[in-house]
Amino acid sequence: MAEVTYLEALRQGLREEMRRDERVFILGEDVGAYGGAFKVTEGFYEEFGEARVIDTPISEAAIVGAAAGAAHMGLRPVAEMQFIDFISCAYDMLTNYVATARYRAGLPTPIVVRGPCGGYVRGGPFHSQNPEAAFLHTPGLKIVCPATARDAKGLIKAAIRDDDPVLYFEHKFLYRRIKEALPEDGDLLTPIGKARIAREGRDLSIITYSAMVWKALEAAEILEREDGLAVEVLDLRTLVPMDDDAIVATVEKTNKVMIVHEDTRTGGVAGEIAARINERAFEWLDGPVLRVTAADVPLPYAPTLEDYVLPQTADVVAVARRLAAY
Amino acid sequence: MAAGRPRRRDDLKPQALRPKEATPSPLAGESPAELRRLLRDMLLIRRFEERAGEQYALGKIGGFCHLYIGQEAVAVGSMAALRPDDYVMCSYREHGQALARGLGARSVMAELFGKATGCSGGKGGSMHLFDAERRFLGGHAIVGGQIPLVTGAAFAIKYRGGDQVAAAFFGEAAVNNGAFHEALNMAALWKLPAIYICENNRYGMGTAAERVSAIYDIAARACSYDMAAETVDGMEVLAVRDAVARAATRAREQQVPTLLEVRTYRFMGHSMADPIHGHYRTKEEVEQHKARDPIATFPERLRAAGMLDEEGWQAMEADVAAEIEDAVRFADESPDPEPSALSAHVYREA
Ligand SMILES: Cc1ncc(C[n+]2csc(CCOP(=O)(O)OP(=O)(O)O)c2C)c(N)n1
Repeated sequence: MAEVTYLEALRQGLREEMRRDERVFILGEDVGAYGGAFKVTEGFYEEFGEARVIDTPISEAAIVGAAAGAAHMGLRPVAEMQFIDFISCAYDMLTNYVATARYRAGLPTPIVVRGPCGGYVRGGPFHSQNPEAAFLHTPGLKIVCPATARDAKGLIKAAIRDDDPVLYFEHKFLYRRIKEALPEDGDLLTPIGKARIAREGRDLSIITYSAMVWKALEAAEILEREDGLAVEVLDLRTLVPMDDDAIVATVEKTNKVMIVHEDTRTGGVAGEIAARINERAFEWLDGPVLRVTAADVPLPYAPTLEDYVLPQTADVVAVARRLAAY
Repeated sequence: MAAGRPRRRDDLKPQALRPKEATPSPLAGESPAELRRLLRDMLLIRRFEERAGEQYALGKIGGFCHLYIGQEAVAVGSMAALRPDDYVMCSYREHGQALARGLGARSVMAELFGKATGCSGGKGGSMHLFDAERRFLGGHAIVGGQIPLVTGAAFAIKYRGGDQVAAAFFGEAAVNNGAFHEALNMAALWKLPAIYICENNRYGMGTAAERVSAIYDIAARACSYDMAAETVDGMEVLAVRDAVARAATRAREQQVPTLLEVRTYRFMGHSMADPIHGHYRTKEEVEQHKARDPIATFPERLRAAGMLDEEGWQAMEADVAAEIEDAVRFADESPDPEPSALSAHVYREA
């Protein structure tokens, strides 16, 4: 067992899949000789060569389009968006075309489109986004959002092996900030579509994913220490397909649920989860389903404003206390 | 598997990206005061960027910050050829254009610091400088995104019957994006008064142009749109000024766009997160280009022509240093934006 960062775990997962399956190749901006903007593919160019680690022009629509075309032919492309914000440049390709290819034509499109999402790094409005909700709304795409090093690795491997298109949103704040001991041998796979209980509890549940798992865990610690509350944290890991059973199970267990995500509030993933709970577990609730999210504004650069907009541990604690009081 | 093997051009050496004739424009007939002003503008950018880098290291500036060091002659030469009522839009590497356009070191530095007094109220940061009064339509952090927007600005100028021009600045890596082709085709088709200024500094983030471009002669791409084009020495402030002036005249008088490929070089890493060399370029290459540093060569030429003496140069350095010092102090002492500013301007205020 060696301690690895989230970033290194992702890199290991990519490397293992490239070694295992020669249909897998990587394409993206600066991923080759330069090793990627965040160095995710460092060393790949040397190991796999320029035929499988491909520096592309800054052409997101064509990167995703070319990946999809190659996938139709039986290859397994992993396309990197240098920042996930730029996936919007390939929005048409993903939503109009890729998401519907199997439905329309029976064409499998086993691509992975991955890239760094999220804020807390003073990236400003175009380098901090969390675009999952836009794609959650598009049937045909799968979405995964790892929070831990283990899942960073397990989910990239599962995504590459999946026969459907998978969007893999990795959080740039977590890249080098979290570490975990992972087994060095054996195939570490995280099943797509399965949530994980990150912390057991019986008083209330926080449903969350990606970097917010860590804020929820911090809040849970504080709530245990200061309020004697046993908070359960459910890490969704996959947004599509959503693990409804795990969501219902935690509602039935604690009867009080809140949802935390970093994306803006209106039309966010939390609204969808709340609706599902309403439909499937309404009679189990002892209080309203509450949300902690970013405010509905573009993400400002100024540190004071960014901190104010994005969910902080204290926000999670405050809303949990309100919920616990029901 | 040979999927996507990038084309290699063995004849492509760094020098090959320089324009064929790098002979400096003659100084005779130029106004010495004007030339000294150009020098001062370049020097202001250089010293500003050096300080910005330092303040970044100190944690006063955060996020992603792209310095303009090495490319000063492009912004300064271009702005010298534009009028105050023209329009300018840039990429995220736009501190230099902002300063050359007269945004003021204070308001730019304060924006980098994320302060309420910054030109975007602290909401934009390094990549999103903006100033309506100076018709500086901003930095754009999506590569190539500003190119269609400038086409639109040029469209509006023509629609209203004005004689202004709209100028877009972008890097050579942006020309492989669909936005570039779509926007240039429109501008040529509709005969719009636009100037597309491609700052070819040879690299995107860490990838050389020839690794991602089937043709690396960017000016040649203008043929696709039957558009006027020129290749310009971007280390030569007067050459840039004159080329932009020709393009502006073409735009004002004939209402047609121009593509300028300005060959320049960035002396620093792509952003503050990147090393200056290694991985994608050698130290020797960087040094070789520094030999043409406009901040060294231009004062040299002015001296030789008797337009600048040692005393004048020292005074200019001191003056610029004081301006930068003042800007840093101003930024440091300025207040953070109030949380109440947060939801302002998402929509029009009632
Ligand atoms: C659509 C889009 N894709 C990718 C990026 C990430 N990115 C930022 S700068 C850059 C390189 C751009 O190089 P160039 O256009 O030559 O400009 P330079 O940085 O050299 O000034 C890349 C890939 C981005 N900002 N926007």
